[in-house]
Amino acid sequence: MSRTSLLILIGAAALGTYLLRASFLSLVASERLPLWAKRGLRYVPPAVLAALAVPAFVPAAWPPDGAGSLVRPAAAVVAVLMGWRFGSVLLTIGSGMATLWLLKLVL
Amino acid sequence: MTTGTTTNETPSAVSSWRREALAGLRDTAPILPGVLPFGMIYGATAVAVGISPLMAQAMSVAVFAGASQVAAVDLLARDAAWITVLGAVLVINSRFVMYAAAVGAVLPRLRGGKGMLASYLLTDQGFAVTVARSQKPNTAGSLLPYYLGASAALWTTWQTGTAVGIAVGGIVPPSWELEFSIPLMFLALLIPTLKDRPSWIAAVVAGAAVLLGRDLPHNLGLMVGSLLGIGAGLVAERGRPGEGERP
Repeated sequence: MSRTSLLILIGAAALGTYLLRASFLSLVASERLPLWAKRGLRYVPPAVLAALAVPAFVPAAWPPDGAGSLVRPAAAVVAVLMGWRFGSVLLTIGSGMATLWLLKLVL
Repeated sequence: MTTGTTTNETPSAVSSWRREALAGLRDTAPILPGVLPFGMIYGATAVAVGISPLMAQAMSVAVFAGASQVAAVDLLARDAAWITVLGAVLVINSRFVMYAAAVGAVLPRLRGGKGMLASYLLTDQGFAVTVARSQKPNTAGSLLPYYLGASAALWTTWQTGTAVGIAVGGIVPPSWELEFSIPLMFLALLIPTLKDRPSWIAAVVAGAAVLLGRDLPHNLGLMVGSLLGIGAGLVAERGRPGEGERP
């Protein structure tokens, strides 16, 4: 792809992405959403956070092949337990990473 | 915190703004070390496939959306047509519409330059921490500086990571898996959102749908899974009138 074409492509990608972001932040007030969409906003956090988090912890292959592919799920379980018990985001992330490193060291 | 009796609060208002911005920075700090290698991978890959350093950095500044940038570089390396690359970027970034609606509902009405800045800086992590913060008591008036502080930290880290990756390649050993802190943070923020049955259902449906849609291109599974989860939450809410209503 030529330099000019790439520049135009980046510009178009930037503009398009910006418009997506600005949609309900500065272009349209979110009060203008229909009622069902406004009620749906309540479920954006649990749905989106689950959608973002889950693929990282579930092994791609089933049944899981070898202990190595269980490392991330195990780290997630520890992280959730800590998060549930203590409610600290930092502790959740820290315990998850610590479990990951520990298991990788041992396996 | 103001006591509500005086009207001219300028000095404490400024320091409160700064305190909130720093709180945003503090709350994203745990995942910044994970964002950095992601940026480095993008920068190193972009340069490796033949994109000039200037263009690679320009994309991080102009588009500022890691997943779509990585996908774009991958497609460009395979000589994809410009429309394919553009389409992929927009589909992957369509999730920002959801984030905008959620964040827009908890931030004050934004106009002009502030609105443009807040929009430009929107990220997965910025959305996540701001929405999480909005569910804590007494935060309603202070979410804008919080959001901007968190987002500025993420922006700076992303640009830095890109620059380092362009310059020296990916220097963080991949075995450290620092990027794993990012989904861990999403998990950590997910837990407090599971407040009632419809929220649980939304999360479970979304998670299951994303796993089923794993092979869909351009992260479509994320968007589809999220929408299905939101729909499931709404349906579950309807089943029990009054449940899911704010007190």
